[in-house]
Amino acid sequence: MLAYLVRRLLYALPILLGVNVITFALFFVVNTPDDMARMQLGVKRVTPEAIEKWKAQRGYDKPLFINEAASGSAVFTDTIFFSKSALMFAGDFGRAEDGRDIAREITSRMGPSLAIALPTFVIGLLVTVSFALMLTFFRASYLDFWGVVLCVAMMSISGLFYIIGGQFLISKMWKLVPISGYGGGLDAWKFVILPVLIGVISGIGSSTRWYRTIFLEEISRDYVRTARAKGLSELAVLFRHVLRNAMIPILTGVVVVIPLLFMGSLLTESFFGIPGLGSYTIDAINAQDFAVVRAMVFIGSVLYIVGLILTDLSYTFVDPRIRFN
Amino acid sequence: MPALRLAVRRLLQPVLLLLSLLFLLAACSSEQNDPYPQAERGKNILYAAFTDRPKHLDPVQSYSEDEITFTAQIYEPPLQYHYLKRPYTLIPATSEEVPVARYYDARGDELPADAPVAEIARSVYDIRIRPGIRYQPHPAFATDAAGQPVYRDLDAEKLRGIDQIADFPDAGTRELVADDYIYQIKRLAHPRLHSPIFSMMSERIIGLGELGETLREAAKEMPSDAWLDLDRFPLAGVTRVDRYTYRIELHGKYPQFPYWLAMPFFAPVPREVDRFYSMPGMAEKNLTLDWYPVGTGPFMLTRNDPNSRMVLERNPNFHGETYPCVGEPGDEAAGLLADCGKPLPFIDKAVFSREKEAIPYWNKFLQGYYDASGISSDSFDQAVRLGVGGDVSLTDEMRAKGIHLLTSVRPSVFYMGFNMLDPVVGGLSEQAIKLRQALSIAVDQEEFISIFMNGRGIAATSPLPPGIFGYLDGEDGNNPVVYDWVDGRPQRKAIEVARKLLAEAGWPNGRNATTGEPLVVNLDTTSGGMGEKSRLDWLTRQFAKLDIQLVVRSTDFNRFQEKLRKGAVQLYYLGWNADYPDPENFLFLLDGTDGKVAVGGENASNYANPAYDRLFERMKNMESDGPRGAERLAIIREAIALLQHDAPWIYGFHPKSYTLGHSWLHNRKSTDVGNNILKYQRIDVARRARLRQEWNEPVLWPLLVALLLLVAVILPAAIGYRRRERGTAR
Repeated sequence: MLAYLVRRLLYALPILLGVNVITFALFFVVNTPDDMARMQLGVKRVTPEAIEKWKAQRGYDKPLFINEAASGSAVFTDTIFFSKSALMFAGDFGRAEDGRDIAREITSRMGPSLAIALPTFVIGLLVTVSFALMLTFFRASYLDFWGVVLCVAMMSISGLFYIIGGQFLISKMWKLVPISGYGGGLDAWKFVILPVLIGVISGIGSSTRWYRTIFLEEISRDYVRTARAKGLSELAVLFRHVLRNAMIPILTGVVVVIPLLFMGSLLTESFFGIPGLGSYTIDAINAQDFAVVRAMVFIGSVLYIVGLILTDLSYTFVDPRIRFN
Repeated sequence: MPALRLAVRRLLQPVLLLLSLLFLLAACSSEQNDPYPQAERGKNILYAAFTDRPKHLDPVQSYSEDEITFTAQIYEPPLQYHYLKRPYTLIPATSEEVPVARYYDARGDELPADAPVAEIARSVYDIRIRPGIRYQPHPAFATDAAGQPVYRDLDAEKLRGIDQIADFPDAGTRELVADDYIYQIKRLAHPRLHSPIFSMMSERIIGLGELGETLREAAKEMPSDAWLDLDRFPLAGVTRVDRYTYRIELHGKYPQFPYWLAMPFFAPVPREVDRFYSMPGMAEKNLTLDWYPVGTGPFMLTRNDPNSRMVLERNPNFHGETYPCVGEPGDEAAGLLADCGKPLPFIDKAVFSREKEAIPYWNKFLQGYYDASGISSDSFDQAVRLGVGGDVSLTDEMRAKGIHLLTSVRPSVFYMGFNMLDPVVGGLSEQAIKLRQALSIAVDQEEFISIFMNGRGIAATSPLPPGIFGYLDGEDGNNPVVYDWVDGRPQRKAIEVARKLLAEAGWPNGRNATTGEPLVVNLDTTSGGMGEKSRLDWLTRQFAKLDIQLVVRSTDFNRFQEKLRKGAVQLYYLGWNADYPDPENFLFLLDGTDGKVAVGGENASNYANPAYDRLFERMKNMESDGPRGAERLAIIREAIALLQHDAPWIYGFHPKSYTLGHSWLHNRKSTDVGNNILKYQRIDVARRARLRQEWNEPVLWPLLVALLLLVAVILPAAIGYRRRERGTAR
């Protein structure tokens, strides 16, 4: 397994490099360093000298990929791409364009993002799997029919509607929790309840339908019939056998998401005023802060790769037949 | 059966737990939706919101509205605006008095105050600050028994465990001295800082440009993060007279300079603070002046988390200031003089929470968790009622809550500018002028304000907004090119007049009189979203009234700016907010010597009319008050008449700001120029607590309904399960 892991990690390097190059190219196709300088320096009284000074101070006065004026390895190293991207592989994300340390920002924002994303994920998974198993149990009955109708209706509604509707009903009309905001420590719970509840409810429709499909496929298998023939209760059949055998497709969709929970949610964080990484990314895009965008894309890629590796590893736990060679 | 029980328990447990928790919380007390810690209840704290995170809190760089909300409460430049008087009046902040310029000729002889501008080689301002003003407590001022700074040789290792300013165990203070102001003015030229006014000020302050060059050279010799001690570099035009007095010398005459002395750019920054923040390892922890400002103002920033919350607390060393006892007529009746002579500030703390979205912001205001709020377009109808005559009043819902409304016309102008270098719409030929006049008539600004701004603006007749010297109301201020004066009111000229002008311009019915080609005008703008689209559709219809085709070229802000710089636009949409309340700050936008294409200036229309330039040159060097005020006014009127005739802009509107305040918030007056307003605000804490409780009683029955619904779903499932388990095989 170790060899497998090393191999996967080595594969990751060219992928990350590729992601970096693409991000870099895309960003600078639409944004020149002059544009970035203007964005940072504001609208009023910005002189060409100020723009040049800003670029020089941050190293944006160099060529993008190849420095023809340099010699030796400096042809590649004395460029914006190398100076801005190479250090990320060593975990140094540098400073945002406004001068603030990106690693510190990420560290401080990770907590709020996880405070929302993790419970939403765990509770959501429990609720949707349970609901899907219930629909599977009552398959072809009126409960199943109306359950699926409900799921289709729920997945047809925009996520934004859940957020605004939830805020309107639970916070504005019923005054049960704050409408938005975030507090550290013990105060965090009252800000977390509503986004988590909305996150869980908005995910029920699509996830339940997906899991139900998987369970229905499993429930007609021979081993299920055998389990029933042994006299096991239907619940035992569902939870001990069907669920366990349906784990591979479930894990494929679920484990890969776990590392990405760190990245937060763009929409939820924005509407609930959660100072997480999702809103950090959105702010950076709006402010054309390449340093932050680059760092977030890089971290997202790393986490996605980690998620894929974890997914592969998780298969060995649920299916002993799978071995890595 | 055990399996059933297990299943039901598994299904119900998390839900019941959650609901029980909610019940428990709701039952604990009212105001479950209070977003603030319980410990803050009943405290003298003002609650407000901000939308965009401030980028800079260093006074040398900070220039935007989002930032000045904070910096103006912390830093104290020598001057400030009187809170109540209108027109805006400069008064001392830390200075003894508002400085008066002395003028000198090239030989160094002093000239009288009314000397001709051509003879004035230097203006000299002596600014004397009041002794005894002290800085907020800060570790940069902490000294040991020998009087040496406690934190003088920090590095990354010694900073272990320190993540914010409050983590430093020692703090100190010291008296404000003239050297601190001098140090900050030198910082305008700092090569590693980007002061937006450096370029402009280096043309005014003697020696500032040269200092910039010297500092740049000096910085090259040093490591990029080494401290640049500005005391080592003299600045010819800014000198220390004594411990409390400093002198600023300017090239020529610049009567608008005192306005700059009311901005944070000219606030004091002590040398030891600059040195403190320059130590190794500080910037990596965001311990910078840009993040933790240091000042003498009424408040100090104790928490800077621009992602969620920023907190200003009363500066225990604030030098003391009292609430004003005079204002403009009507202030006394409005209760704005009730706190006359009382010490400032009134509040102990101000908590600013970040609200990116308008809906949560508005609802929190209605729940009493923000003390004041603006009105977004979405909430406008809920908050404000517009009468038939355009009169504005609050809705019954707002009145029932005791909310009060403040309105004011902002010192801003929005306009569509013609590129005067364009061969079709530009130039000063009679035909081009008539074409622009025709378009000025066709675009119905009153309709725009009514449809898209809920009436929150007034149509502009010149670049000058109300409240600025030179703005004229009534018939005197009418733009005769666009409006007729009928029955004591301006009436937009009929579209036929515009058509006639268009024909005289060589474009009858929107077609070239010679070639028959249709007239196509390109509008460059920054836009996006549905709202913008509907505006642009409306604008297209305005041009279509004259059979002119409008092509909208929407682009991002940077592309737009680039096009302006290159003169690659025909018609563009822009706005301008005043830096200071002087007509020069608006009329310079059309100064021919400051053309965007020629010199990268602020005259984006590249308008160059020598007659206007002469008038502007005379006007900008005059004071509005004093014996030459009337002369200045006459020059402004002449200049505006020229602008109205030449029509380099389609004058748009001056926006009105509408803000709402709760009944417990006192001493609020609209001010769009002075920003250090927090110290004047007073809160009736008991009333706020009572009303908040009244408005935020939790509603519990939905929880019960949710529980019943859950049971209604689970119970049939459980019964169905039991029936199946007990049923015979089929």
